[in-house]
Amino acid sequence: MSAPRRPSDPSGLERYYVLTGGRSGPGGSASSLDVATLVVSRTAPVPGMQHEYEEIVRRCRDPLSVAELTAHLGLPFNILAVLLADLLDAGRIEARDPIPAHHAGRGPDLALLQEVLSGLERL
Amino acid sequence: MDLKGFDHPGDPGAGGTRSVKVMIAGGFGTGKTTMVRSVSDIKPLTTEETLTQATVGVDNLIGVADKAETTVSLDFGKISINEGLMLYLFGTPGQERFWFLWNGLFKGALGAIVLVDTRRLASSFRAIEEMERQNVPFVIALNAFPDCKEHPVEEIRDALDISPHTPIVACDARDRASSRDVLIALIRHLKERSAVALEPR
Repeated sequence: MSAPRRPSDPSGLERYYVLTGGRSGPGGSASSLDVATLVVSRTAPVPGMQHEYEEIVRRCRDPLSVAELTAHLGLPFNILAVLLADLLDAGRIEARDPIPAHHAGRGPDLALLQEVLSGLERL
Repeated sequence: MDLKGFDHPGDPGAGGTRSVKVMIAGGFGTGKTTMVRSVSDIKPLTTEETLTQATVGVDNLIGVADKAETTVSLDFGKISINEGLMLYLFGTPGQERFWFLWNGLFKGALGAIVLVDTRRLASSFRAIEEMERQNVPFVIALNAFPDCKEHPVEEIRDALDISPHTPIVACDARDRASSRDVLIALIRHLKERSAVALEPR
């Protein structure tokens, strides 16, 4: 595993600009990404892929949250979201949003809450 | 293409893993990061969002260089509930005025723990207001700091103007079991709310 590359400019903004082609936020499929959204790779990394894309695909062999990815890659949430949108559009990753708290205007599913409770009680 | 070891859509096992999120809120210095640390399975990490996201356009991304330090940070941790379910815990930034800048920070959260330092009740007022405004169900956790004197829960409920339905529990955020018990209190509270919502009228 390689450490995230340190940006050469102190603020990292030039790097972000280059990484995202100047885009500041994701559109379309990725605009609902949450910090707790799980990302899972659907393909192996492709030789010649941009380093950050490759790293995302490699790290998400097992499901990893968007928050963990931002921390591991040293990127802010909105910059990472742009890269994830590209990978989603290319079909290289799958994104699963956290189980919603409200279902049809009601609270979360009782079975889900019981599952969480049982897990916590085993800790 | 070699797909070995990679997840396939519809694949059971790791492929079906889902996530839920719980927020830990409260005033500055009430122990949010401490609680994330004590209860997380992984070494807690930090994720950041730039404050300009809502307003920045393609043209002025470079222009934000002078305010690059204005980021909102979230400390977070993770608990494996079982093989197929991860619980993510996010400690909210101490400066509540920045919360709205992080789009959908509380959206999709099962609920929240609002940490309160009984020596400085007022420092958590804003967090409580925000939870009520955003309609996020929560429990109040009174973090036991060493020189705290005992306060009757009802006195604190009055002082914080908390509804009688909202649980108030005492905890030591440094202690894993104690922090876990607060999470358990939150999930039990959510279960009761859901059960009430399901009752026929």
